[in-house]
Amino acid sequence: MGIIKVKDLIFEYIRRDEEGNVEGITTAVDNINLDINQGDFVAVLGHNGSGKSTLAKHLNAILYPTEGTVWVDGKDTQKDEYIWEIRQTAGMVFQNPDNQIIGQIVEEDVGFGPENMGVPTKEIWERVDESLKAVGMYEFRKHSPNKLSGGQKQRVSIAGVIAMHPKCIILDEPTAMLDPKGRREVIRAVRALNDVERITVILITHYMEEVIYADKVFVMDQGKITLQGTPREVFSKVERLKELRLDVPQVTLLAHALRQEGFSIPEGVLTKEEFREALDHCVDALF
Amino acid sequence: MLRDITLGQYYQADSVIHRLDPRVKLGSTILFIISLFVFDGAAGYLVAAIFLAFVINLSKVPFRFMVKGMKAIVFLLMITVVFNLFLTPGEPLVAIWKLKITREGLRLAVLLAIRLSFLIIGSSIMTLTTTPNQLTDGLEKMLSPLKRIKVPVHEIAMMMSIALRFIPILMEETDKIMKAQLARCADFDSGNIIKKAKGLVPLLVPLFISAFRRANDLAMAMEARCYRGGEHRTKMKPLHYARRDFIAYAVVLCYLVIGVAAGYLEPVLLAMAGITGGVSI
Repeated sequence: MGIIKVKDLIFEYIRRDEEGNVEGITTAVDNINLDINQGDFVAVLGHNGSGKSTLAKHLNAILYPTEGTVWVDGKDTQKDEYIWEIRQTAGMVFQNPDNQIIGQIVEEDVGFGPENMGVPTKEIWERVDESLKAVGMYEFRKHSPNKLSGGQKQRVSIAGVIAMHPKCIILDEPTAMLDPKGRREVIRAVRALNDVERITVILITHYMEEVIYADKVFVMDQGKITLQGTPREVFSKVERLKELRLDVPQVTLLAHALRQEGFSIPEGVLTKEEFREALDHCVDALF
Repeated sequence: MLRDITLGQYYQADSVIHRLDPRVKLGSTILFIISLFVFDGAAGYLVAAIFLAFVINLSKVPFRFMVKGMKAIVFLLMITVVFNLFLTPGEPLVAIWKLKITREGLRLAVLLAIRLSFLIIGSSIMTLTTTPNQLTDGLEKMLSPLKRIKVPVHEIAMMMSIALRFIPILMEETDKIMKAQLARCADFDSGNIIKKAKGLVPLLVPLFISAFRRANDLAMAMEARCYRGGEHRTKMKPLHYARRDFIAYAVVLCYLVIGVAAGYLEPVLLAMAGITGGVSI
């Protein structure tokens, strides 16, 4: 069993009108099964309302399943006695950088998690320093978070989670409110954590460019997982992704279009380098 | 407008006063305020003035910063002085039409003016030299005995520090909403006071909605980071008394003793100087 295992997860919430009468039941997550191994980089894709954020909140015991079970590091999230262990094992980074920074100084915010866990003072400082260094924000440790850019704030949030020494980090659309530069900074920091510290990363996003480095990609639609596999496998299904209203990276699109015109270019081209190579081969074969 | 109030603004400097434990500063400020109401003669206030000057000098905060804080209460000060001046019964000094300035009134007015301005300056020294964070930490630690009678001290301190953290964010948001509404021809400036108040509705409603949304997000983020109240919590920056803190307590105590003693000795001193009567009674 991996670090996170989800079995037959169903989550329903009841819609009510203004008087509190039940209008209907929405199934946000519908029968999902997942098994994520320690050290994996997993991406969950889906457009708005596909249930990906709801799924993320189950992995951190913020929401509980209506049906089915979620295990984090072998612990059932519905058991109250495990709740704090689970939240420590599976840290969570949210979308809005402003609404998740608690401290008034960067280092104090990073120390918030360890403080809550009851870590001794000296160790808190060690953890704060090492996590700020891991995301490249050490020189900003004395700054006020209000003066940082979006990407920097989000990296502070990530440091705040790492300081709790989690085995797994769940990032719920961490880049949705950032500019391209901030987005790159955050993704670079996340990849470094996965590569260097071997922390399991679950990245929830709707930007396709961010998932090309993932070990495994899940595509969600209407609460269900409709596609899964390596990025290459997923991106080779360009037509299906278009149906799901997801933006396919431009290189992949171009490669797909050329392939449909009869050129011998492989499916699921992900990066510019790969495309250039494929094109060279194609040109060589033609002449 | 809100940015002009010095009271509650931190002035970055490296001084002994800045380095003191926030509890010392809080305690001393309270003692100082009490002393202002205990002292009842010119000598006591002279001692208080010397003490204030000494602390201001130590704090390395420019004096004009403290005076800036005074601006906010000038109006209040004027009202207090005027009412005391004219409405205290007693031996009349000057009479203009129906208004009389009495000897007692004059004394009370001067006393109150000094008291209030010293009070403001004294407390702004504390807020100017202590970060809001240190202040809430100090408050939490000072009030921790109240936990025994079920006062949620930690929760109150946490709320204060979160409020402080969100003030600039909400101000920025207010600014944004205001501009957005102005762009849609909202009018915040013209009309009488009722019309102006009504004009604020399109500003306040979105602001409140957004504040609630933020609060919801923040609560979730805090829970996700294992926040569960003050129990089992350790501190990243725990408060410890150092030697300078004990010295500071001693200095404040000395000030109190000298101030009270000066009050008793004042008639004697004045008599020795050959002045009878004088300002004090």
